[in-house]
Amino acid sequence: MPDATGLELIANELREAEPGSVIATSIDRGRAEIRIDPGKNREVLTHLQQRGFGFLASLHGVDYYPEEPRLGVIYELLDMTEVDRVSIKARLSTEDPRISSVTGLWPGADFPERECFDMFGVIFEGHPDLRRILMPEDYEGFPQRRDFPVGGEPVLFTYNEQQNYGHNQ
Amino acid sequence: MSTPTGTTGTTGTTATTGPAALDPADYRRREESVTMSAEPAGMGETRELLTLNFGPHHPATHGVLRLIATLEGEVVRDIKPIIGYVHTGIEKTAEEKSYWKVIPVIERMDYLSYYFNAMAFCGAVETLLELEVPPRAQYLRVIHLELNRIMSHLVWLGTSALDLGAMSMFWYCFRERETILDLFEMSSGQRMHTRYIQVGGVFEDIPVGFAHKVQKFVDEMPRRADQYADLLAKNEILLQRLSGTCPVDKETLLGLGVTGPLLRAAGVPWDLRKAAPYSSYDHFDFKVPIGTEGDNYDRFRVRHAEFYESSKIVEQALGGLPEGPYITPDRKVALPPRHELATSMEALIHHFKLVTEGFRVPAGEAYYPIESPRGELGCFVRSDGSSKPARVHMRDPSFINLQSTAPMVKNAYIADLIASLAMIDPILGGVDR
Repeated sequence: MPDATGLELIANELREAEPGSVIATSIDRGRAEIRIDPGKNREVLTHLQQRGFGFLASLHGVDYYPEEPRLGVIYELLDMTEVDRVSIKARLSTEDPRISSVTGLWPGADFPERECFDMFGVIFEGHPDLRRILMPEDYEGFPQRRDFPVGGEPVLFTYNEQQNYGHNQ
Repeated sequence: MSTPTGTTGTTGTTATTGPAALDPADYRRREESVTMSAEPAGMGETRELLTLNFGPHHPATHGVLRLIATLEGEVVRDIKPIIGYVHTGIEKTAEEKSYWKVIPVIERMDYLSYYFNAMAFCGAVETLLELEVPPRAQYLRVIHLELNRIMSHLVWLGTSALDLGAMSMFWYCFRERETILDLFEMSSGQRMHTRYIQVGGVFEDIPVGFAHKVQKFVDEMPRRADQYADLLAKNEILLQRLSGTCPVDKETLLGLGVTGPLLRAAGVPWDLRKAAPYSSYDHFDFKVPIGTEGDNYDRFRVRHAEFYESSKIVEQALGGLPEGPYITPDRKVALPPRHELATSMEALIHHFKLVTEGFRVPAGEAYYPIESPRGELGCFVRSDGSSKPARVHMRDPSFINLQSTAPMVKNAYIADLIASLAMIDPILGGVDR
């Protein structure tokens, strides 16, 4: 993890390269995080990829309900030569959760982005094949959102298969 | 069955982006458009492509993995993994449970490396709590993690060899696996999903006689691994199936986020135990086996070599096991010893609070990566200050590594697809979570 100075250096580089891209930086219990403008995620991540953070370790969504903007997309980047990690966070509202896909930078972002779309409804623009991945394709709702109830779904047997989503379509 | 609409792709699953993908009616349209008929591929002369459904119930997929393979004769031209059949919503379930009750559910994600799942989660929570884990607990964790790694590789070797036609390997591997499971039962009472690793340490100190039995096992394991190599490594059938088949270069693998033995087989010496040591891994002397070609044979040899290295780590951890507590003395996190409950009111209150509400974790986020048998297993935990996690996400290596199926088997024979799938070693419990 970069220390506070290192993180500020990275953030300043980003500010220079892409004005307005960095919203905030924080270091909490060893976790260096840069919060970015969701409209500029591609540019920021391209810059960081060229800077050495060439490995996308993880991409996941978070729901910050009841805070606004509710959704968060977190990129855990890894620098394999310096063994350094930095987290990039973009916050999105539930009304229009759109963010550019980074599958062009890392082909491995394919499945994680699909999972994030599946679970949180974040639409990754430019993703080649944005479909549900873990839930059934005709499932309604985004189950990892905090306001999605647990157990709010009927278990389907033969007698109630008529209730299955899209059964008669 | 065949509806030549002319608008669909060869595999029938057209890509959609944006809100159209949300529409169930659109899903039905795409489902109906799937055609199994042969279509011209448009590669000069007209060749027939066959779309073959593979799984989800097929012994060679090592779980409920479904693959849609587009074949031209015996050659795989395209492959699409379809997953989600064992999705059980563990990440969602974890949000409903207090931190210490999350451990049993999280262990069931990747069901062959349960110690690793628990370790990643506990590590993330300990980071949020800023909790120091006693040295003895760290060593005990290492002993169990490495035994688990051997166990996981044994299952991989046995089932993979079975796929390649070596039936007796399965019995040999499961014989050693049984010994490890007996050791797990001895230290924790359970063979699988042991719940041994706790936030702040481990559940219990090792029982009398455990060290002796583990020592006996690690003395024997390298000899057994030699025997496996004697049976397989120069076996003509195995060599023909694995050697030179489905190589992938390291740049592709890194772009896909692939880690673990698959990446090491391509020649990248990346191992989190060395690169960013956690839980005292820097105290031990071990090597990181790597391959040169990145083909299936290298994948086999890298995992096979890890048998020796893991045995070495277990032996060193056992020899240097420090004295001291096996779990943090912080009563706000760890249960007080049973005997204190009869004499100390304070211990009783702590016990009651921990069992009913659980402990609270200061608000914040943590990502804790460890090296699982399949690669980087990272647990992301977000705490909102309450006694239940607000978000738990597992970056499961099987899920990410599965993306390398297509680049691996494209333009290879369908028999190599089976071998490659075995060498990827995906655990579908971890893929689907």
